[in-house]
Amino acid sequence: MADSIAAITVPQWGLSMTEGQVIEWLKDVGETIEVGEEIVLLETSKIAGPVEAQVGGTLLRRIAAVDEVLPVGGLLGVVSAEEVSDSDIDAFVASFNENFVVVAAEQEEESAEPLFVEVSERSIAYTKEEPADGAGDATPLLLLHGFGGDTNAWMFNMGALAQDRPVYAIDFPGHGRSSKDVGDYGLAELRDAAFGFLDAQGITKAHLVGHSMGGAVALEMAASQPARVASLGLIAPAGFGQPVNGDYIEGFIAAERRKEMKTVLAQLFADPALVSRDMVNGVLRYKRIDGVAGILRQIGDDLLAGPRADGDSGLKPIAVIWGAADRVIAPPDSSDPSFTLISDAGHMPHMEKASEVNRILSGLFRNADAG
Amino acid sequence: MPKKSIRIALQEAVVLEMRRDPNVIVIGEDVAGGAGCSGDRGTYGGAMGVTKGLIEEFGDERVIDTPITESALVGMAAGAAATGLRPIAELMFVDFMGVCFDQVLNQAAKFRYMFGGKATTPLVVRTMMGAGFRAAAQHSQMLYNLFTAVPGVKCVIPSNAYDAKGLLIQAIRDDDVVIFFNHKAIYDFEDEVPDEAYTIPFGEANIVREGEDVTIVAFSRMVHTANDAAKSLEKDGISVELIDPRTSSPLDEESIIESVENTGRLVIVDEGTPRCGLAGDVAGMVAEKAFHALKAPIIQVTAPHTPVPFSPVLEDAYIPSAAKVEEAVRKVMTMSRDAVSAS
Repeated sequence: MADSIAAITVPQWGLSMTEGQVIEWLKDVGETIEVGEEIVLLETSKIAGPVEAQVGGTLLRRIAAVDEVLPVGGLLGVVSAEEVSDSDIDAFVASFNENFVVVAAEQEEESAEPLFVEVSERSIAYTKEEPADGAGDATPLLLLHGFGGDTNAWMFNMGALAQDRPVYAIDFPGHGRSSKDVGDYGLAELRDAAFGFLDAQGITKAHLVGHSMGGAVALEMAASQPARVASLGLIAPAGFGQPVNGDYIEGFIAAERRKEMKTVLAQLFADPALVSRDMVNGVLRYKRIDGVAGILRQIGDDLLAGPRADGDSGLKPIAVIWGAADRVIAPPDSSDPSFTLISDAGHMPHMEKASEVNRILSGLFRNADAG
Repeated sequence: MPKKSIRIALQEAVVLEMRRDPNVIVIGEDVAGGAGCSGDRGTYGGAMGVTKGLIEEFGDERVIDTPITESALVGMAAGAAATGLRPIAELMFVDFMGVCFDQVLNQAAKFRYMFGGKATTPLVVRTMMGAGFRAAAQHSQMLYNLFTAVPGVKCVIPSNAYDAKGLLIQAIRDDDVVIFFNHKAIYDFEDEVPDEAYTIPFGEANIVREGEDVTIVAFSRMVHTANDAAKSLEKDGISVELIDPRTSSPLDEESIIESVENTGRLVIVDEGTPRCGLAGDVAGMVAEKAFHALKAPIIQVTAPHTPVPFSPVLEDAYIPSAAKVEEAVRKVMTMSRDAVSAS
């Protein structure tokens, strides 16, 4: 069997994903695919998104048909950099399917639960994506989610960004599966928790990517300990001189019922159809937990208190990414080369335009590592 | 997230609220167990073991074993609630409500109204219902429809562990009378349940699955039956939207109507008997408020109008099955307004 054949498989987007449905093939058989290119569109119970190529080559065969539902890790298609005979492809598919069941069972057990680490007497939940062979020593990346979010926000980014380095995503205190104890919650506490997490992992220096509130936290981190920040990727960041939409924050805190929550979450996306039942339920499940309302109030007040930085952290390299249709934090009018405005994206460009965001961020990290 | 059974979810709800609020107490037959007999104190913990271990932590002033007299224990709990305590009274089987109906229907349910809003009665009666346990006609009824009919009483009907915990905490914190119905056949059904305390608001239905062709409204255990039917129908290209109202009083009419406006077809699955039941209640509501949206008659899948049989064969036939639900959905898919008027 030819060694160059590689499988395109259903990725694990977020902890709860178990299967995906093929919506549309974006590449034809025989087309050349480059790493990071979108190959096929999948839909999960949470959201729809593109599967990006992890290896380049020619698309040899589409295994999964449109509308077919496959488990995480299931075989979508086959690529190869070299010419391969049909019988080699058949053999590859047969051997993949033979070994697949075992892999799926293992994955379910291992990746379905977040990891936890104790930071200042708070339990911090996180996920870690190991890089491809040989990249384990590269400067790691830490992902910082937005207000009311969790590690699931990075479902379309973790796999792609982990090509070159270990990637960590944390649930901030008061969010996701991290502690929601009574106490002080503001951007300063979140900053300290993020540093505490890096300390607990023995990481002295990391690339930071922060979305929205996470962007404000990343800016605070860069301002307080610049030596620990290898580069700064900011996605629709708060604390960058642009005011946060108070209606969104207040609406998010106030919404108790499915319908209200859906209306609030629709403001996040350029395409409101992306707000699924599971997404709404997930946020409501989080918000119903005792103490969360008070935590969101504290952080929300801190966010709404206004821009703290003037947008210039003095840190280079930096990349600032904004959706042109952002209704939560409007994009600035900037012509700076580090600034990218993405059309057809709202406040969540890393979900709506994941491959473009992944491409910009990968470039940022590579340049920073080289420089 | 950890998977927990309904039994464990209910226990967590009671324990968390008893720790949070010293006014929360548990009253019922064998809620501790072992009292007055040769066994160890606290060995029983209620018929389903939900309150097991509570007496060790909270003592017998807050976990009160009563004699076998439902009239006394429910009346005692109603009185305790009127004084400001937050009792959870355990009524082993809802079938026994007959002997304590006045305490609920004519006393507790009326206090707030008859004292001009100056009295609150934060009473929870947690009880067990449903067929399938070979427990015969006096221990197998649903009866949730009787309480849904009484103004002043809220009726909670969880179908899964996540909802059970959040709804029970909401019930304990609620200032009105709440009857909390657990189906005896699903206590071991598991679901992802957070360790923390959380609440689910009453009157907010859960959309169990989204679909386009038919709306199914199902209660309690029947949510699972309907879901099985929906999975099978999906293979034939029939897409079912399944709604679990979670509470029958208040009822989330809006979610049901919205769904019927999308699908145009409605099947209601209710393990209760057909006359003056929840299925008829929902059917009437939809016929009145969403008549314009209906493409076909509403079908109700219920138990027959008989007591629950003791014969295992008959009991199995009595309980609405996934096959019956599937049949109803297939039937409603073939019906139309034209066909009905022509026939």
